[in-house]
Amino acid sequence: MALNKEQIAQRIAKELKDGYYVNLGIGIPTLVANYIPEGVSVVLQSENGLLGMGPFPFEGDEDPDLINAGKQTVTTLPGSAIFDSAMSFGMIRAGKVDLTVLGAMEVADNGDIANWKIPGKMVKGMGGAMDLVAAAKNIIVAMQHTNPKGESKLLPKCTLPLTGVGCIKKVVSDLGVFDITPDGFVCIEYAPGVTIEEIKAKTAGRLKIADDVKEMVF
Amino acid sequence: MNKVVANADEAIKDINSGATLMLGGFGLCGIPENCIAALVRKGVNNLTCISNNAGVDDFGIGLMLQKKQVKKMISSYVGENAEFERQLLSGELEVELIPQGTLATRCMAAGYGMPAVYLLAGFGTEVAEGKEVRNFNGKNYILEHAFDSDFAIVKAWKGDTMGNLVFKETARNFNPMMAMAGKITIAEVEHLVKPGEIDPDHIHVPGIYVHRIFEGENYEKRIEQRTVRKRN
Repeated sequence: MALNKEQIAQRIAKELKDGYYVNLGIGIPTLVANYIPEGVSVVLQSENGLLGMGPFPFEGDEDPDLINAGKQTVTTLPGSAIFDSAMSFGMIRAGKVDLTVLGAMEVADNGDIANWKIPGKMVKGMGGAMDLVAAAKNIIVAMQHTNPKGESKLLPKCTLPLTGVGCIKKVVSDLGVFDITPDGFVCIEYAPGVTIEEIKAKTAGRLKIADDVKEMVF
Repeated sequence: MNKVVANADEAIKDINSGATLMLGGFGLCGIPENCIAALVRKGVNNLTCISNNAGVDDFGIGLMLQKKQVKKMISSYVGENAEFERQLLSGELEVELIPQGTLATRCMAAGYGMPAVYLLAGFGTEVAEGKEVRNFNGKNYILEHAFDSDFAIVKAWKGDTMGNLVFKETARNFNPMMAMAGKITIAEVEHLVKPGEIDPDHIHVPGIYVHRIFEGENYEKRIEQRTVRKRN
């Protein structure tokens, strides 16, 4: 069985290490915050200007002046800090954020990513994604392996306008975990019940299966 | 020194059609609601607006889009506004989408008197097309120019009559560096106080950057995505 969104988030959460400053994008990446492993303490950065993003407020406590980068009402925590957008991207650009998790429409086997524009159809903008992928030390993409038509989103080359070049290190999809190396995608884990044959059939980019590939454990 | 004006209409009275404006805010958080309403009332058009977002269909800059007052938007993310997308895809509206950090830093550069800065974001993408690229320490950077804006319109939580500003929570966002970047900066605040009522250590933007200030009224502060958890 392919993973659902929560399971993708749960698997990514295992990459978090104690002391990390982490930026979580909109969508599946946001769910990662629900699965932070016990004993691991991380600080969530929201690029609109908040370090130490807390959970959603209790009903009735929403504060319109306190939102995250997805425009959702959030809370602060003891130790939170608030700053302006220039400083926020300054700390991102300076490599202070340890891990960025974001979604993608396409990822190429050389680490290129496209996630901001479908020419002639959808023009929403890149928001902070280009800044994040250009600068973060470690970037994980959370995505569905194929589009609704069943076509691979892990490609030899992105077809959509790029967000960043050669920057993605790891992809966690509904089918497995893939490192991006000079040899292309390397499958290091497969989702429970998913076969290597299925992964091969649904990956258009260069793909290797790691010698020690294993089934994902939760 | 008198920077205090009576209201939004007076603050924006010399903003004419064709002007370039910076508008603070992130989504609908920390936007200058009173000045936007005054610009809609004044009916100026052909505006170039530099703002991270373009509001929603019926609020924020969306109100100006409805009246076709905007010729060009310079933003990083415009996904919450269907009318914007329609005008853009039909060619009625010009748009320059730029990375959010680049947007913030081009404002900052203007406020710090720097003509241009080298930035990482967008190298190898269409954002870099036609721009100077230079390699520093093995990485490629794009030359990005400081914004040149006739006016900056910002919203602060508190300000004093000398123009010193304090922002609240994430309503700070783009407001400080836009306040520093405008040739003329207009600040609307929720609380206008006398000099001395704000601790000098707590000021986010010193008044030297602010030319006009007034206490706004009837703030709606709409929430775009109301997300809550249940009390146990």
